[in-house]
Amino acid sequence: MYLNRFKSLLVVSLSLVAILFSTVVMANENVVVADTNKVAAATEAAVPHAAKEEGEFNVTETILEHIKDDHSWHLWGHTSIYLPVILHTSKGFEVFSSEKFMNEHHEPVVYHGNFDYKLVEGKTKVVNAAGEVDEEASKQLLDISITKNVASLFVSVLIILIVILSAANAYKKTGVTTAPKGIQSLMEPIVLFVRDELAIPNIGKKKYAKFMPFLLTVFFLILTNNFLGLIPFFPGGANVSGNIAFTMMLAVCVFIVVNLSANKNYWEHIFWMPGMHWSMKLFLAPIELIGVFTKPISLMIRLFANITAGHILVLSLICIIFIFKTVFASAIAVPFAVFIGVIELLVAFLQAYIFTMLTAMYIGMANEEHHHEHADAAHH
Amino acid sequence: MVGSIAAIGAGLAAIGAGIGIGQIGKGAVEGISRQPEAANDIRSSMIVAAAFVEAVALFAVVVALLGNG
Repeated sequence: MYLNRFKSLLVVSLSLVAILFSTVVMANENVVVADTNKVAAATEAAVPHAAKEEGEFNVTETILEHIKDDHSWHLWGHTSIYLPVILHTSKGFEVFSSEKFMNEHHEPVVYHGNFDYKLVEGKTKVVNAAGEVDEEASKQLLDISITKNVASLFVSVLIILIVILSAANAYKKTGVTTAPKGIQSLMEPIVLFVRDELAIPNIGKKKYAKFMPFLLTVFFLILTNNFLGLIPFFPGGANVSGNIAFTMMLAVCVFIVVNLSANKNYWEHIFWMPGMHWSMKLFLAPIELIGVFTKPISLMIRLFANITAGHILVLSLICIIFIFKTVFASAIAVPFAVFIGVIELLVAFLQAYIFTMLTAMYIGMANEEHHHEHADAAHH
Repeated sequence: MVGSIAAIGAGLAAIGAGIGIGQIGKGAVEGISRQPEAANDIRSSMIVAAAFVEAVALFAVVVALLGNG
C-alpha cells in the first residue's frame, strides 16, 4: 500500500522533472555553447544588464534587479516586451506603454500624461516641472499596471486552464470507465496524489471533498508558477512565487478558508481550551489567537523565502563569471548552476506539496470532530 | 576588514540548518535500519521535515540579505 503510494509520488515528480528538466538543460546549454563560441553572447544571454555596464559590477544590485518585478519583460539581447502602465490618479485612469519611460538610448525620461511620471527604482512616481519626485502627489497615485509578474501570472493561469480543462473534457466525454489517455495520464496521478496523500489523511474521509477544489487550485497555481520561475527565458523568467504579494494573497485565501470553515470545536480550543484550569485557559487564549494569524504568515514567508533564495542562488553562481571577469570561471559556475537548478526543481515541487499539505492540515484542525467527549466524561 | 556582518548571519543560519538536517537524516537512517518495511513512509516524512528546516535557514538568509541591502 505504502509502496504504491510512494511509487505514485515518484512517478508524479519524475514525470514533472522530465518535462521541465529539458527546458532548463536547454537554457543552460545555451550558456555553455555560447561560452565556447562567443563570450559576449553568453554574457548578454545570462545577465543582460551586467554586460552593459563595463565599469563597476555590483552583484547585489544585479541579482535584486533580476528578482524584482519590472515594467518590461526581457526577451533577448535588447528586445523586450513593454507592458502597459495603468495608473489611477485624481484625474481618472490613464494607460500608456512603459516604453514611454525610456528614450531611444534606453535612458529614463519623464512621460507627460495627466501628470508628469517617471520611473524611480522601478516605481512610477509623479515629478514636478524641475524633474524632482513629488512625494505628496505620488501618494495619490494608484499603480495597477500589468507588470512582468502579472503577465507571468496570466501565462501560468492560461497553462493551467488549458491543461486542466482538456483533461476535464476528456473525463466528461469518456467518463472514468476507460484508461486515461494523453494529458489525462499526466493529470490523474497528480490529482490523485493531492487527494490521497494530502486531503484525505489531513482532513478526513468525510469532509475532504468540499476542500478538494481549493487544495488543487493552490497546488497547481504554486507548482506552475514555481516551474515557470525556473525557466530563464521568455515564457518564464518572472519571479512570481518569490513575490511576497503573491504568497500573501495565497495565505489570505488560506486564512479565509480555514477560519470560515472552522467549527465550534476549533474556536473553543482557541478561546477556552477544554480540560485546563481556568487560569491556564486565560493564559492560553491570547497565544492560540496569535497562532491563528501566524499559521498563514508562516505559509507566506516559507514559499517566498524558498523560491527567492533559489533564484538568488542561481543568479549568484552565474555572477561568479562577472566577478572574476574570465570565461574560465564558467567552468565552475555553469555546472553548479545546473546542479542548483535541478535541486530547485525538487524544491519547486516540494514547496507546492508542503503549502498544500499544511493548508489541508489547518483545514483538518479547524474541522476536527469532537473526540474529547469520552475522555472528558471519564474524568468527571 | 571587508564584507558585511550579514554574511556572518547567513553562515550562522547555515550551521543551524546543517545540524537540523543532519539530525533528520540520522533519525531517518536509524528508523529505516530498525524497520526497513517502513522505509517509504519514513523517507517521505524525512523530505518534508528537511524542507521545514531548510525554510528556517532560508528565512535567515533572506533577512541577512535584506539587512545587507
